[in-house]
Amino acid sequence: MKILVPISKVPDTTSKIAFTDNNTKFSTDNVQFIMNPTDEWYALTRALELKEKIGGEVVAINVGLAENEQIIRKALAIGADSAVRVDLDPTDAYQVAVEIAEHAKSGGYDIIITGKETIDYNSYEVGGMIAEALGWNAVALVSKLEVEGTKALATRDIEGGTETLEVHLPVVICATKDLAAARIPNMKGIMSARTKPLAVVAPSGAAKLTSIASYTLPEKEKQVKMISPDNVGELVRLLHEEAKVI
Amino acid sequence: MSVLSLIEVSEGKIKKASYEAAYYASKVAESLGTDAVAVVLGTSSSDELSNLGNYGIKKVLHANDARFDTFDSRAHTKAIADAANASGAAVVVLSFGPNGKLLGPRLSVRLKAGYVPGANELPAFTGNDLHVTRNVFSGKAKASYLTSTEKKIIAVSPNSLSPVKVAGTATVEAFASSVTDADFTTVTKSVDKVVGQVPLTEADIVVSAGRGLKGPENWGMIEELARDLGAATACSRPVSDVDWRPHHEHVGQTGITIKPNLYIAIGISGAIQHLAGVNQSKVIVVINTDPEAPFFKAADYGIVGDAFQVVPALIAEVKKFKSAVH
Repeated sequence: MKILVPISKVPDTTSKIAFTDNNTKFSTDNVQFIMNPTDEWYALTRALELKEKIGGEVVAINVGLAENEQIIRKALAIGADSAVRVDLDPTDAYQVAVEIAEHAKSGGYDIIITGKETIDYNSYEVGGMIAEALGWNAVALVSKLEVEGTKALATRDIEGGTETLEVHLPVVICATKDLAAARIPNMKGIMSARTKPLAVVAPSGAAKLTSIASYTLPEKEKQVKMISPDNVGELVRLLHEEAKVI
Repeated sequence: MSVLSLIEVSEGKIKKASYEAAYYASKVAESLGTDAVAVVLGTSSSDELSNLGNYGIKKVLHANDARFDTFDSRAHTKAIADAANASGAAVVVLSFGPNGKLLGPRLSVRLKAGYVPGANELPAFTGNDLHVTRNVFSGKAKASYLTSTEKKIIAVSPNSLSPVKVAGTATVEAFASSVTDADFTTVTKSVDKVVGQVPLTEADIVVSAGRGLKGPENWGMIEELARDLGAATACSRPVSDVDWRPHHEHVGQTGITIKPNLYIAIGISGAIQHLAGVNQSKVIVVINTDPEAPFFKAADYGIVGDAFQVVPALIAEVKKFKSAVH
């Protein structure tokens, strides 16, 4: 079983969101970057659990510049066997997906497991794009994944519940909450991560399909209207007459 | 030229979010001076589908084929791409839901079309450029996306628009795609739907509670308030972590992201990770004993008070309001 786990670098949740260059670029000043939490907690960890159960190999891949090697080493410390960095500063999800699909084409993978949407652009794009570029089946919002021979059983979220689908390998799985229990790298993992193979490959150079013309921040913080706990009827009145939501 | 919307059906019925996609597509078609067409994959009836005329759809391409009742993202993508080509779609509109989150990206690659996931507003066109705004950084900022590809794809974020119904009946035509038996490789093994409750992601109103409730035995009043409001229930992460509430109720950055019209947070302090999952709600009410709770900064209405006094009083007031209205 050979599993590929794409990982993203994102600003930490508590980062201050600001923009520069006339609101066209995200300001990285004082921003701490981390591995996208759902890539780490769910996708990578489930890949490692499957490997431990049925044998095989887990490869982490990132599309980004050399500064991303810190988070790639973290993936190795958690347990990935090797890693690939495609040396490109991507401008849209399509470029990321094309590069990962290019690597996967000749990699002999059975499963690609991505995280949920990244916590910066929340766009939920890369998994589906990789699948289409490879002509593979895909299941998204997966909270349970088992592999039996050449088939996978994936439980996914649907409106108002879940459903379990049986699909053939190879397949792209996009994780969501509960797919696996997060792991913290231990000292042995951190030490061995330094010597695990990290290949740097040149990008294939796909053109982007979209761009971001500008960003805007909310104009001001909301003004909260306080209501006395002794006058709850006033809240019901406001929700009906002013906010018009009940 | 046309604007094509993907209308999803479940057990023959059009999904709520798809009505929004239909309406969005009709508005895009209006601004481009063309017609809005819908594609429907799976078992349904012409009576059900002709209602799409009320949302501005002129023509429905219906692949009335039970094989599509199982969601296979690869097969569905192929059929939708066929419909996009057959109808000469300049823009394809779908809902940013569980299926759309795979279909949008797949169609983008298949049609080499720029894709905007989770749009919050209607797009603007200048020449061949499409501009549309969506939330980024968990709702902490907005980004204006630009794409100039020949075809364009927009996934509409649920609850972004309130469709205005118009008079009209859509013509329903049988649609045959190039999909063959070999394309259907997914088998549904089981479906587990929450019954008797409003699904969290589709709810207009959500009542949510956190550690301030002190224990799982105290959720009766939360459920009662939700029932009275026709709301879904949700919870914060600490509460689902200790199994006071089921995991599927956890909203927040690592749980479910929701954007109901009304979100009522009871005994939740409002950590940034929780806010990331709910701050796109239209109206937020916060009830908390701590006047310094960060959640009040993101709220529209706030009550500083003990949940065990405020919630029963609120239930009584809601019952009074509901019986006066009905």
